Amino acid sequence: MPAFPKKWLLVVIALAVLVPLLHPLFPDTVSDYRLFLVSTMIIAAIAVLGLNLLTGFNGQISLGHGAFYAVGAYTAAVLMDHLDVPYWATVPAAAVVCFIVGYLFGLPALKLEGHYLALATFALALAVPQILKYKWLEGLTGGVQGIVLNKPEVPFGLPLSEDQWLYYYCLIVMLVLFWAANNMLNSRSGRAMMAIRDYKIAADTMGIDTALYKTVTFGISAAYTGIAGALSASAIAFVAPDSFNIFLSIKFLIGLVVGGVGSLVGSVVGGIFYVLVDNSAQAISLFVKNDLGLQFDLSAYTIFGILLIVLMYLMPMGIVGGAYLALRRLRRG
Amino acid sequence: MEQFLQQLASGLANGAIYACVALALVMIYVSTDHLNFAQGEMAMFSTYLSWQLMSWGASFWVAFFVAVVLSFVLGVIIERAILRPLHNAPVLSVVVVFIGLLAICNSMAGAIWSYLIKEFPSPFPKASFGIAGVIGPHQLGVVLVTLIVLGFLFVFFRYTPLGLAMRAAAQNPQMARLVGVRVDWMLALGWGLAAAVGAVAGIMVAHIVYLDPNMMGGILLYAFASALVGGIGNPGGAVIGGFIVGVLENMVAYAGNQIEKATGVYIVGNGEKLTVALIIVIFVLTVKPAGLFGRVAVKRV
Repeated sequence: MPAFPKKWLLVVIALAVLVPLLHPLFPDTVSDYRLFLVSTMIIAAIAVLGLNLLTGFNGQISLGHGAFYAVGAYTAAVLMDHLDVPYWATVPAAAVVCFIVGYLFGLPALKLEGHYLALATFALALAVPQILKYKWLEGLTGGVQGIVLNKPEVPFGLPLSEDQWLYYYCLIVMLVLFWAANNMLNSRSGRAMMAIRDYKIAADTMGIDTALYKTVTFGISAAYTGIAGALSASAIAFVAPDSFNIFLSIKFLIGLVVGGVGSLVGSVVGGIFYVLVDNSAQAISLFVKNDLGLQFDLSAYTIFGILLIVLMYLMPMGIVGGAYLALRRLRRG
Repeated sequence: MEQFLQQLASGLANGAIYACVALALVMIYVSTDHLNFAQGEMAMFSTYLSWQLMSWGASFWVAFFVAVVLSFVLGVIIERAILRPLHNAPVLSVVVVFIGLLAICNSMAGAIWSYLIKEFPSPFPKASFGIAGVIGPHQLGVVLVTLIVLGFLFVFFRYTPLGLAMRAAAQNPQMARLVGVRVDWMLALGWGLAAAVGAVAGIMVAHIVYLDPNMMGGILLYAFASALVGGIGNPGGAVIGGFIVGVLENMVAYAGNQIEKATGVYIVGNGEKLTVALIIVIFVLTVKPAGLFGRVAVKRV
């Protein structure tokens, strides 16, 4: 897939930076609530990017990235709650912790391929809430109750609201992370990652240390998703074990499949998509009930599930990949 | 000692459930090489079907049989409609479709029957059943029912022409096709049977864990662990693995309890059941992927 044109990228970034500043002009369109929603989309995009690095670019299937998200969120929460670490310092801390955890999980994962790796990570995703409630960790994690935090405060006396600042904070982190991922993928290491995905044996014979690359990719991927977790802990100002269940991992998978497996732009589209559906599920359910007259509570996961299956048939490359193919066909015709 | 026997018995009862679900997983695995992540949610859906029938006035066993037959039909339909086109698809696509099925079953059950936890009746008479102080009537009943189902499946696969054809289709599709076995339909039948066996497990366990859309999550994980312990390609192994894992699960919790009593240090208890399953899964996958009775897969480079 070709890179997103640089010109357009700059336009999008400029818009992302400037639009929130229009708040005084259009207080309803650019409301704090909407900015907060966009912040959660940014966080989702980072998490999906983490999964994409592993599954899309390195070919290792993970159904358990919710676990690394949880580790990142709890690392941030514990640091802020127990050690009074400032919120911006929790991001690198979460990255380091998640890198180590992901690297360690990547070691046994080396022996597993395809379905078996999916199974091991599926098991991890199911076990996460219980691990977080483990009695010995209770002093740290707050057990079932979780940890209540404070929202990030606006620094340097900038004339921004809390949600505006949160938005810029998330945006900066995302831009840095996507820039880093893009550079990594276009380097020797990135090509090695993709070579392992496409043909492991050939990569081996070319002298690529596949074991090292796979475990390090697992670590980097976990670090990305963990950073998203840390950001979400700051944004929601609350962590609790039961929010990191198997369905969180399924949401990341949705983002991955909808956006496009192995596409950076797709990760953003996927993240935006799953937050949107998750947030409008109630509206959709009301629409089904009132306008279509069906007595049925349609939930977001029914839509997610149907989409997962349908997309696998119609657009295995995700929406971004599908749109690109369609565009190319149009141009040719 | 009595407590130990109680734990052993309830471990066997859980093991019977795990054995059923593990068997369903293995049936799909041997014929298509797919791990069905939606098996637990399919079983949960079947259990809701039987609950619905009972709330419409059917007796337990009528609801039981109708739900099992319906699950069989649904299983066949799912295979024909959703999984058939994916025979040669990459692993990621297959896994994603299974996760999609999981999400659909779970959310549909929640939408139709709500997420409130429901009580589920037990068909086994309270008095004069079971051994007092060791095994409860429902637990004994569960073991008996699953043993009957397993026996039935054994006879079906071992002694009937259809069973033989299904085994042939799973082992060597090309050759089976050459001798006139309709391999495609055999796979669909296998899916149907797996769904039906899963339904039996769901209906039997619902009295113990109560009925709600998330009831099978932990059970599915233990069933995977059972199938792996027994060697994932081996149906008999899956059953034995189920009983082993069921007893192991309860023994770990029991041992944790005893240790806490003796030393006051909490290590492991009922709250760590899924973590124990996770450890079993990863341990078997990395240390002995063939399990106890499975064949060692040799890969050609």
